[in-house]
Amino acid sequence: MSSMDVSNLTRDTLNKMFSEGKRFDGRGLLDLRDIEVSYGVSNKAEGSARVKIGKTEVVVGVKLAPGEPYPDSLDKGNLMVSGDLLPLASPRFESGPPGFQAIELPRLVDRAVRESGMIDLSKLVIEEGKKVWTLFIDIYPINDDGNLIDASNIAALAALKDAVIPNLDENGNLDYEKTSKKKLPLSEEIKPISFSFFKLGDSIIIDPTREEEECSEARVTFGISKWNSQYMVNSCQKIGTSTFTLSDIEKIMDVIPKKFEEVSKKLKTYL
Amino acid sequence: MTKLQKRPDGRKNNELRPMTAKVGVIPNADGSAMFAFGNTIAIAAVYGPRQLHPQHMQNPSTGILRCNYDLLSFSVADRKRPGPSRRSQEISRVTEWALLPVLDLEQFPNTVVDVQIYILQADAGTRTAGINAASLALAHAGIPMSDLICSVAVGKNDKTLIVDLSKEEEDFHDGEGATDFAMAKPANSDEFSLLQMDGKIQPEMVKEALKLSIESCKEIYEVQKKALKEIVESPEVLK
Repeated sequence: MSSMDVSNLTRDTLNKMFSEGKRFDGRGLLDLRDIEVSYGVSNKAEGSARVKIGKTEVVVGVKLAPGEPYPDSLDKGNLMVSGDLLPLASPRFESGPPGFQAIELPRLVDRAVRESGMIDLSKLVIEEGKKVWTLFIDIYPINDDGNLIDASNIAALAALKDAVIPNLDENGNLDYEKTSKKKLPLSEEIKPISFSFFKLGDSIIIDPTREEEECSEARVTFGISKWNSQYMVNSCQKIGTSTFTLSDIEKIMDVIPKKFEEVSKKLKTYL
Repeated sequence: MTKLQKRPDGRKNNELRPMTAKVGVIPNADGSAMFAFGNTIAIAAVYGPRQLHPQHMQNPSTGILRCNYDLLSFSVADRKRPGPSRRSQEISRVTEWALLPVLDLEQFPNTVVDVQIYILQADAGTRTAGINAASLALAHAGIPMSDLICSVAVGKNDKTLIVDLSKEEEDFHDGEGATDFAMAKPANSDEFSLLQMDGKIQPEMVKEALKLSIESCKEIYEVQKKALKEIVESPEVLK
């Protein structure tokens, strides 16, 4: 059964239930599942974290390597976010060239992290114009039960907080023998979190299970953070065959600071 | 709402760049169009509805839409390596979803409508120009549509909301920096089929930005309608 597409029966039932404000697991439409964060996925990574949201599980590792700066940003380190939807995590994921979902996931995490300005990339320069740190954030879902983007975003933040900058030897090569305690140049204030809103019929839900996600007709994801004590939306992307009305977006803009506070408070020690 | 501030090219905050639209630019295509926002020029061709191969991709309940967006290698300052990138693949897909809500493809089961969008000259706003061109090309191809899709980028330089950002405005760095919010909507309803943004913008300003984009789309719609009328009223330019 798990490999089958969601049936029209399920879609119709969910549509009806959502319109009455109900969900299969008893949550309200805008209620989140429990979120668990832990560290130490791999001691070979410069930083790593595991996030569980309900049965969804994502691991993220941070690696750093010295490299050349990009010609248009000689005074900044490089940030690269990548990820892979391993066939391990879902009967839906197949090996082979990345599909849209595999392309989109790291790009959305990249935009939320980069645009918020949470990492001061200018402090990741080793020798200006010549040598900078390249910061890799690698995302791997372990079990997909919906809402992978928001889970990956939290895991990326936790892995960044966990990460240290490795030592270089006198020749400028990585020296993993000496342990490092030097943390990444992260902002104290800016902690971008993404929230994905899924639409089925006229109803909007967050944190869907895989079944709910597959029934939805459109999704819009917003990355939000705090900057100079104001809420700032840093990224947005809509996908799917249906549309969001102006009043949908207005309602989302009203609810998103509240959700941001709820999750920030819950995960305070991890982000 | 916004404080007045001089834009690099002297435009008002809610002023679009001069628009050009022309339908029927590619004789081989079933429908085609060019759309330009100032120096950003997009062309689009529609082929179909036609039989979809491989067969296992066919959908017996509807035709499908397949979009391909890309930059020509010489459309940007640093030559773009030919072939699809992750960026172009993402834009291709969101473009499909931007156009789909107004199309009635259920009339053409098992078929595909291919939309090819290429940017000849890029100066910010390429995906929105591409969507406007594609919308015209679909209409020109005679695909049943309930409305035209209009697309524009609204955004922000520091605290000021502006429409149709140029490259210079996209690269603005002072204060709150540049926010670029690409959107698309059916001309005659206030719902959004494309929303893509990055930058720093307060939730309340998002609402303002979307309202501003609705006004801009009215202007784009007029340009699109005029281009479609031109091709209908001057049969000598019909292919």
